[in-house]
Amino acid sequence: MRHIISVLLENEAGALSRVSGLFSARGYNIESLTVAPTDDPTLSRMTLVTTGSEEIIEQIKKQLNKLVDTVKLLDLTEGRHIEREMMLIKVRAVKEGREELKRLTDIFRAKIIDVTETSYVVELTGTSQKLDAFIQAVPEGLVVEVVRSGPTGIARGEKGLTL
Amino acid sequence: MELSGAEIIVQALIDEGVEYVFGYPGGAVLHTYDALFKQDKVKHILVRHEQAATHGADGYARATGRCGVALVTSGPGATNAVTGIATAFMDSIPMVILSGQVPTPVIGSDAFQEVDTVGITRPCVKHNYLVKDVHDLALTIRKAFYIAMSGRPGPVLVDIPKDVTDPKIKIPYHYPKDIKMRSYSPALKGHPGQIKKAVDVLLQAKRPVLYTGGGVILGEASQALRDLVEKTGFPITSTLMGLGAFPMTDPRFLGMLGMHGTYEANMAMHETDVLFAIGARFDDRVTGKIEQFCPHATIIHLDVDPSSISKNVRVDIPIVGPVGSVLADMARLLKEHKQGPDPVALAEWWRQIEEWRGVKCLAYDRHSPLIKPQFAVETLYKVTEGGLYLTSDVGQHQMFAAQFYPFDEPRRWINSGGLGTMGFGLPAAMGVQLAFPDATVACVSGEASILMCIQEMATCKQYDLPIKVILLNNGYMGMVRQWQEFFYESRYSHSYVDALPDFVKLSESFGHVGMRVEQPGDLEGAMREAFAMKDRFVFMDIVVDPAENVYPMIEAGKGHHEMHLSPERELA
Repeated sequence: MRHIISVLLENEAGALSRVSGLFSARGYNIESLTVAPTDDPTLSRMTLVTTGSEEIIEQIKKQLNKLVDTVKLLDLTEGRHIEREMMLIKVRAVKEGREELKRLTDIFRAKIIDVTETSYVVELTGTSQKLDAFIQAVPEGLVVEVVRSGPTGIARGEKGLTL
Repeated sequence: MELSGAEIIVQALIDEGVEYVFGYPGGAVLHTYDALFKQDKVKHILVRHEQAATHGADGYARATGRCGVALVTSGPGATNAVTGIATAFMDSIPMVILSGQVPTPVIGSDAFQEVDTVGITRPCVKHNYLVKDVHDLALTIRKAFYIAMSGRPGPVLVDIPKDVTDPKIKIPYHYPKDIKMRSYSPALKGHPGQIKKAVDVLLQAKRPVLYTGGGVILGEASQALRDLVEKTGFPITSTLMGLGAFPMTDPRFLGMLGMHGTYEANMAMHETDVLFAIGARFDDRVTGKIEQFCPHATIIHLDVDPSSISKNVRVDIPIVGPVGSVLADMARLLKEHKQGPDPVALAEWWRQIEEWRGVKCLAYDRHSPLIKPQFAVETLYKVTEGGLYLTSDVGQHQMFAAQFYPFDEPRRWINSGGLGTMGFGLPAAMGVQLAFPDATVACVSGEASILMCIQEMATCKQYDLPIKVILLNNGYMGMVRQWQEFFYESRYSHSYVDALPDFVKLSESFGHVGMRVEQPGDLEGAMREAFAMKDRFVFMDIVVDPAENVYPMIEAGKGHHEMHLSPERELA
């Protein structure tokens, strides 16, 4: 099953490589990983998307918790949560295609953030499935480049993953 | 007090109460070595290869329960130390490794003797640090010792660039006594609900087995374990790493379990209805085929490391906590219960176990004209009256020692269980002998293993370490040869050591005593002679039967009830 795991880490040099090293050393799947400092600059927040049996996911969480740099960990998939991923997608936009892409952008509530005579750069935020759907919807052959952040997430409700 | 980085390192070691640092100098640690030179509180042991620095510190830590310390230079100094670090990591041995690094301005430039030490060691340390600012040095070293010693222990490496140790830059020194880390808080107590559940299940057991591991020794819980056996009368078996935590000469001890465990221990594992795993980690050499592991048992697992629980084998009642404290909690609960374990069921269980014991799985041919390795270890036990600190290398001799030298105390049996590092025994023995100068320390080894760190005979000479090397010389990498015999139709591919040195002359050239024994009848006398030389390093080259195999044996991937027993069992 797919799990989204949030980790609060000490913002130390090498913390990221400890996490990625753990996944490769123990043969765990890793679909995506995003990390950035939080409002407290001594802490980083990491969002990991991984898949595996319940046993493997359990081990992944234990092993992540065992890292000396790990302050807190939450498996977002265990509760109600919000998941968002951002995508920047460059598409070929010429002649009547320009209008169609503009419409598509509006339907998906995306934004065109760069325009040339032959291209758009579209910014789109949503669940990973929504991003997939947008790519699907772009007419064949028009996608030039796709950049995705990988999902980030946060639990619903008043409780926060903080110190 | 204003100190330079180099002086801070040395002062921090003094403040930690470090007796010995095992090390080897080099360019990146010259400032530190200069600071070491100017004091006499921390003693430096000059090894002959950095692998031995980490094994020496490891042996010291295993024998004393204190933190081992190694000091190596950058580049090859650090890479040579890696085998010893990984050895300590696999067996959860507390160790702090201080490694020199090239100066911070040239890090990343492929400077002379530069290597990414933090990167290379990351997968085989509990934690590691690169100190880029001298102001962080004291606190980082304090953290390193704290992390190495607490929770599930392990090696922690601190990589220190040369400019951070600059003798010209002096800063105020403060060494924090107590330390708290928001990201690291090992369990200090077990969960009362889980402990109660476990006690209830244990008291219901009809065919219980206690399966104990190195965690009992690491957690200083040997006495608590003895109390538990005393209270319950349950049979107990141990992994290779846990030997000595419970007296091996006690009739309630079933012997080691696993691949080369006893028939009675492995059969009891197969038939048990309640297995209590204490500070053990369900290693593949112990479990055999996971699907056939303890098929009838409710499994209770006590471990200080949550990630050990249900890693290999699904556990029914996990308890996370320090072994000693949890066993003490259990003892209190057991006392409160009016009824102990079912005496009738337990008597029947013991009757069954005695029947398995009757198989005499460790019997060997006692009439052989050759020295049998088992006989050599038995003679060693007889001559030393069980009072040894015994280190070991890896292979057949290691298994024979584990089977035939019963340890009654913890921290006496010192060997590389997890990583299986050949070359461990001799340098580890140095650490033990330094920790206990008056103790009798021996290293049981094979002619292949011993050559992997043979240079340490020079260190033993320099520091007058009267270690006794008990070499079971069969001319083969015995365990490799055994597997080739069993599984590769006796094609002995490169397991024969074709050009062995004359170990007697070799020992003599290092300034030691060498002895060679070829006849069974000469062995005991020779050993007595060797151990009578209390202030000399003696190398006993004992020529043993080259064809002997370690039995019982469970093939990799087989169940506990599928043991091979010795074909010579009937002869004995």
